[in-house]
Amino acid sequence: MKAIEMIDIVKVYPNGIVANKGVNFEVEEGEIHALVGENGAGKTTLMKILFGIEQPTSGEIRIFEKEVHIHSPHDAIAKGIGMVHQHFMLVPSFTVAENIVLGMEPKKGFSIDMDEAVKIVEEASKRYGLEVPPTERVLDLPVGIKQRIEILKALVRGAKILILDEPTAVLTPQETEELFVALKNLAKKGMTIIFISHKLKEVKEISDRVTVLRDGKTMGTFLTKDVSEEDISRLMVGRDVELVIERPEPKPGKIVLEVKNLNYFREDGVQVLKNVSFALREGEILGVAGVEGNGQRELVEILTGLRFGAIGSVRLLGEEILGYDAYTLRRKKIAHIPEDRVEKGAALKASIAENLISDRYYKEPFSKRLLLFPRKVIEYAKKAIKDFSIKTDSPLTPVGMLSGGNMQKVVVAREFTAGAKLLIADQPTRGIDVGSTEFVRKELIKVRDEGVAVLLVSADLQEILQLSDRIIVMYKGEIVGYFDKNEGLTEEELGYYMLGVKRHDENKIKEAFAL
Amino acid sequence: MRNKMVLFEVVRTALTIAIALLLGYLILIFATDDPNTAFKWFIYGPISRLRRFVELLNRATPLIFTGLAVSIVFQAEIFNIGAEGQLFFGAVAATFAALYFPQIPFLHVIIVLIFAMAAGGLWAAVPAYMKAKWNASELVSSLMMNYVAFYLGLYIINYHMRDVNAGFLVSYKFPRTAWLPRLLRRYNLYPGIFIALGFAILVWFFLYRTKYGYELRMVGKNKEFARFSGIKVENVIIYSQIISGMVAGLAGAVEIMGLYKRFVWQMTPGYGFDGIIVALLARNNPLAVIPAAFLVAYMRTGALIMGRMTGIAPEIVMMLQAIIILLITAEAFLSFWKKRIIEKAAMEQEEKK
Repeated sequence: MKAIEMIDIVKVYPNGIVANKGVNFEVEEGEIHALVGENGAGKTTLMKILFGIEQPTSGEIRIFEKEVHIHSPHDAIAKGIGMVHQHFMLVPSFTVAENIVLGMEPKKGFSIDMDEAVKIVEEASKRYGLEVPPTERVLDLPVGIKQRIEILKALVRGAKILILDEPTAVLTPQETEELFVALKNLAKKGMTIIFISHKLKEVKEISDRVTVLRDGKTMGTFLTKDVSEEDISRLMVGRDVELVIERPEPKPGKIVLEVKNLNYFREDGVQVLKNVSFALREGEILGVAGVEGNGQRELVEILTGLRFGAIGSVRLLGEEILGYDAYTLRRKKIAHIPEDRVEKGAALKASIAENLISDRYYKEPFSKRLLLFPRKVIEYAKKAIKDFSIKTDSPLTPVGMLSGGNMQKVVVAREFTAGAKLLIADQPTRGIDVGSTEFVRKELIKVRDEGVAVLLVSADLQEILQLSDRIIVMYKGEIVGYFDKNEGLTEEELGYYMLGVKRHDENKIKEAFAL
Repeated sequence: MRNKMVLFEVVRTALTIAIALLLGYLILIFATDDPNTAFKWFIYGPISRLRRFVELLNRATPLIFTGLAVSIVFQAEIFNIGAEGQLFFGAVAATFAALYFPQIPFLHVIIVLIFAMAAGGLWAAVPAYMKAKWNASELVSSLMMNYVAFYLGLYIINYHMRDVNAGFLVSYKFPRTAWLPRLLRRYNLYPGIFIALGFAILVWFFLYRTKYGYELRMVGKNKEFARFSGIKVENVIIYSQIISGMVAGLAGAVEIMGLYKRFVWQMTPGYGFDGIIVALLARNNPLAVIPAAFLVAYMRTGALIMGRMTGIAPEIVMMLQAIIILLITAEAFLSFWKKRIIEKAAMEQEEKK
């Protein structure tokens, strides 16, 4: 029996972006079906339509061979569809059981029957082979467990079809393994699973069939065992992709950045950085690996003057800069590709041109004394659009109208041309398409070779291994691993350090600072 | 595509005004036996005589100033709604300068205007500073400052500059050197409207052709982005409100210098709050403030003329105004049509590929 049929789905967003252009998508009951495509290919939109978050502009949906209209997530859940989002939707201060029964709490008089809630969770946990600690607070649990809670939440609500949106993006290789065992188990019990990903290795490993989307259209559905990774990636991108980026030997020069004994306590009193020390020379890339939320964000914000109150020492070319604001640090030649391009990296309502000059608008040729020269700005923007192949018909287009990859190119175009001595790149390729990723990575190597010191923070281990000359691993705010070159280093090995299973001894870690 | 969206906004605004007028007519049917005459005076009144047209111009003048003032802060996404207090205090300061400064022709007028701007700017600086320093809501503090301006202003006028011979609560008459002169012998036209139009261009130039204007707009579009880019957001928060206050300060001064030649208000004139309406209609664009202020002034003038000619309460116009603002600010009004335009354009673009 067919669990899902989506026929000729078209979706136009209010900003004019056509995300789905007549997509056809079919899933058999009891299979694990991978949905792959570059970011911006329309995977997430298609799943949002299936889960009732978005309404299709036109097209037909059938669930278990009955035509349906799904008006809301509530509706979707009632029809047996569950979704596990990329960003977890859990209440951190609630226990696991409270989170799972939220909205359908067993009652005893006027209060919640906690014993019953725990029983429900334990039963489901056993039935589906997903172990969770029902009485612990979600706050304190690792990401892998949080994800299991999300899956259980959907199953307890009677889901027969599970949508997992890039479930491995936040997991370590070890956690991913565990997830796959659980998913295979669920499929054996008759669950239908849709697995969204752009990591082809995982797709090969887990799925029975795979559907490829490109540019809002279906490129085809295949038995996974019949197609190779190369085949899939060619279908996704429409051309052969250089999966390996050439990285010539680094020629490091003098020390640009020295961070010594950096400690930081968050507003809630938690220590998120513990004695972090490292140094970075011009002409090299230092990779910072780690599961998200282990202090990387705070580190970057402190180094770029967006977060204050840290203790320790940060020197830029010998000058103490800890506590300076972004205004000052920008003028001291620190460029920053932020983790979040929507919140920080760009003003979506402003034009591409206006976004490109936000750190240099006060300099010639863009302005002189009080005056701003829009014509000069537009001229410059036109050139940048060409140099960085940003897809748009005008430099006056608001950045918010661009796709994620092009938006990131605007950010990158600004930061790469800032004439920086230190470039801090935080997740520079997250959520952008393969073509743009390739472009950004090559540019990173290029600026490195021009003598810029690059600090690369990324949750993508492949990226870290491909680009970094040296690597530090962060776990719970500490540097727990240091690799002075990454030859022979594997994702698995890094994964052990990221999980805190392995750690280097003090002397090895000190080498990160002593150059 | 962009042209179509502009067309959409124009049509939407026109339709909104038409709907409001239709409703206004319906209300008149209930209010009077002769709705046609009343309606005629409402629509035709302001352009029926030159004197009435001058009345319209004079009524639009302070609205342009306050509309500009509010547009400046709204562009920075700052909700300083203290234009009312700023213009009131600006008028008080103007009165002071008019009465006590040496009566040098021409220069005196300039000094009075500068005083008004300084006072308005100072008044706006208080909530600005509190916002930048302690993150105090500028919405609340600027509103409170309106009351302070009102009572402090009345105290200064009534106890220090009151003309006891006038028979009602007004200041001494300004010396001639502090007047904005009449331009036509038989009509009360003073140069206020030209100063207002000049300032509209000036404010536009400031916002779109200076680097401070760029900073201000970027802070308004995304404050975090501005900070991240190395713009001193706190500075922008302060100077945008001060500049706005300076423009608002002019609204009061220009009117009393041109129309009354003395301080006459015993109540706040309400232009500050009308300025919010004008800015909303103009989508915070300084050049669009001009037609928006004229529209509001036209409705007010029309209603007053209708009142004079037929005895219907001019307050009826408040209802029309409310309907127009409601419909224009309601994003969803006619949104199905907008959606269809976008969908069609997007699909056409697809087919071209």
